[in-house]
Amino acid sequence: MNRFKGVQTYILSDALREIVNAAIVLQRPLLLKGEPGTGKTELARVISEDLNLRLIRWNVKSTSKASDGLYVYDTVQRLNDSRFHDKDVSDIKQYIKLGKLGEALRSQDQVVLLIDEIDKADLEFPNDLLYELDQMSFDIVETGEHFRAKHRPIVVITSNSEKELPDAFLRRCLFHYIEFPDTVMMEKIARVHFPDLRHNLLSQIVAKFYFIRQKHELRKRPSTSELLDWIQAILASGISETDLNRRLPFLGVLLKTEDDVAKVVVH
Amino acid sequence: MFINLFQSLRRHGVPVTFNEWMLLQKALSENLMDSSLTRFYHIARAILVKTEAHFDKFDRAFLECFGHIESNEDLIRRIEERLLQMPPLQLTEEERLMVEKLSLEEVRERFLERLRNQDDEAHVGGNKAIGVGGRSPYGAWGYNPAGVRIGQNESRMRSAVQIAEQRSFRNYRDDIVLDTRSIKTVLSYIRQVVREGPRDTLDVEGTIDATCRNAGELEFIWDRAKKKRIKLILLMDAGGTMAPHTELVSRLFSAAKDIVKDLRFYYFHNCVYQELYTDIWQLKSVATRKVLDQTSRNYKVIIVGDAYMAPSELLSRNGAIDFWYRNDRPGIEWLIDIRKRFKKVIWLNPEPQQWWSSTPSTRMIQRIFPMFELTLSGMQSGARTLIKQ
Repeated sequence: MNRFKGVQTYILSDALREIVNAAIVLQRPLLLKGEPGTGKTELARVISEDLNLRLIRWNVKSTSKASDGLYVYDTVQRLNDSRFHDKDVSDIKQYIKLGKLGEALRSQDQVVLLIDEIDKADLEFPNDLLYELDQMSFDIVETGEHFRAKHRPIVVITSNSEKELPDAFLRRCLFHYIEFPDTVMMEKIARVHFPDLRHNLLSQIVAKFYFIRQKHELRKRPSTSELLDWIQAILASGISETDLNRRLPFLGVLLKTEDDVAKVVVH
Repeated sequence: MFINLFQSLRRHGVPVTFNEWMLLQKALSENLMDSSLTRFYHIARAILVKTEAHFDKFDRAFLECFGHIESNEDLIRRIEERLLQMPPLQLTEEERLMVEKLSLEEVRERFLERLRNQDDEAHVGGNKAIGVGGRSPYGAWGYNPAGVRIGQNESRMRSAVQIAEQRSFRNYRDDIVLDTRSIKTVLSYIRQVVREGPRDTLDVEGTIDATCRNAGELEFIWDRAKKKRIKLILLMDAGGTMAPHTELVSRLFSAAKDIVKDLRFYYFHNCVYQELYTDIWQLKSVATRKVLDQTSRNYKVIIVGDAYMAPSELLSRNGAIDFWYRNDRPGIEWLIDIRKRFKKVIWLNPEPQQWWSSTPSTRMIQRIFPMFELTLSGMQSGARTLIKQ
């Protein structure tokens, strides 16, 4: 069994690396929670890159239904075709379209399946997936076909805790909460994205970033991705270190509401 | 030995089930932890604990079971401390040449072996064991160019016991107060399924039926999708004693606005009388009677207040705290009216529960409404009461 080691462009904690490996060996879905921008979604891509497996990504929306992830039966098309005689409407297979989960279970090779933002969907959604994720198999009722995954996909599930997930679902997952990175970790992350950035400037920017994050009662606290945008903006404008010391440029990159900007500016 | 952890977790209120426990056994037998306590900590937590709200409980249970265990990291630190206390060794030129012979690889290999054989007594000036001031390549302040210095670099990994001791997830516990997102989670729990919205779901049965009636020409029948809905009235105390809780109440309010489409909200001052206010400054008002009469019984009602007032405010005519305010019915009668009008009413109290019994007004209100703490676990119990039939 290949062990997940991580890749150069994604900084992850030892704890998370061990848990990913545990999830692979124990064949359980890995549920990730954490503040936005802590790299939950990215982890699935990194796993697929490191283990050289295909990534299938299922973006869950508030309207998503669990059954759609397996397959959709296009009734309307079939009804419509039944009026004309150019297609064999008794062949139901052509009206079955596999969803992302169905695709992952039917794949010949092992894949990484990302179920992104599972909490966006209805509360019943995770419960409706229990059987398929447990058994890694599903039936297409309309055709009587049965599919079983040849290799259990590595399942990564992310949640932003917009909704509580049902206990029965949680029991089957491994759970990890990605903490917001500390300054040391954050510098490492920024370093990966901006390898040429001067050390002093980087620590100065990161220090300011944490100052803003922690000092004020913000409605939306800036996250890693916003920090990276900020560094980009500062670099592009060529602002000097001394200048950066005196003021906070491009606050709009970090803070997304007027209230928050006002709170920081007052300080 | 791990069964203690299982029991300790349950004692601390982490809902660990047998299945999860068996999974942990499987992880152990697959040697995923590689005999490292730190790895065990992380993997066991991932398997046994499913919400960050319980991480702190896990930490405490972990400390209870493993707090006394010394990990490798601890041992190395102790060796280092011992080494620091010892006097340095002086060598002659001749002796120095003799010890410069070992290569780094050899040194490294033997180090581990020797560490295993060595008992934990301080060791000074020998040739073999790990200690200080010796000629062995292992230790500190000794003399050997290829020697392994123990404990020079800061340990990169914190030990599991240290992590647990830090209890950095204390803030995620569910009995502390809430942020907007967790309030939303609780509120969405009270929503119930109804058919609503545009007719955009194909009613297959209906379509086939209609198409047949239409002599085979397609006729689509659409239905409304099932959605989860809640109708909610929020009554908020904006009185003076509520000032410390303003932030919390406004969080509840903004969460409710986001998630509840049919939200009605009113303010009151300490207790409800014949008028409710539609703004927090209590300038615009609407008759309580009218609200009671014109709102469907199906609305669920959440009253937020500290229930802390003089008994007269609750029991007397003209008892309202505002001197100029005249109420010809005591507040408690209005509260009972609310209770009778709506099927489901709860009272959320931002004050800690242990204080309630010492406040007469709180005790009286508790007899009218089921009262819950305005914390995550309090709101969850409240939500359960609201959806109970």
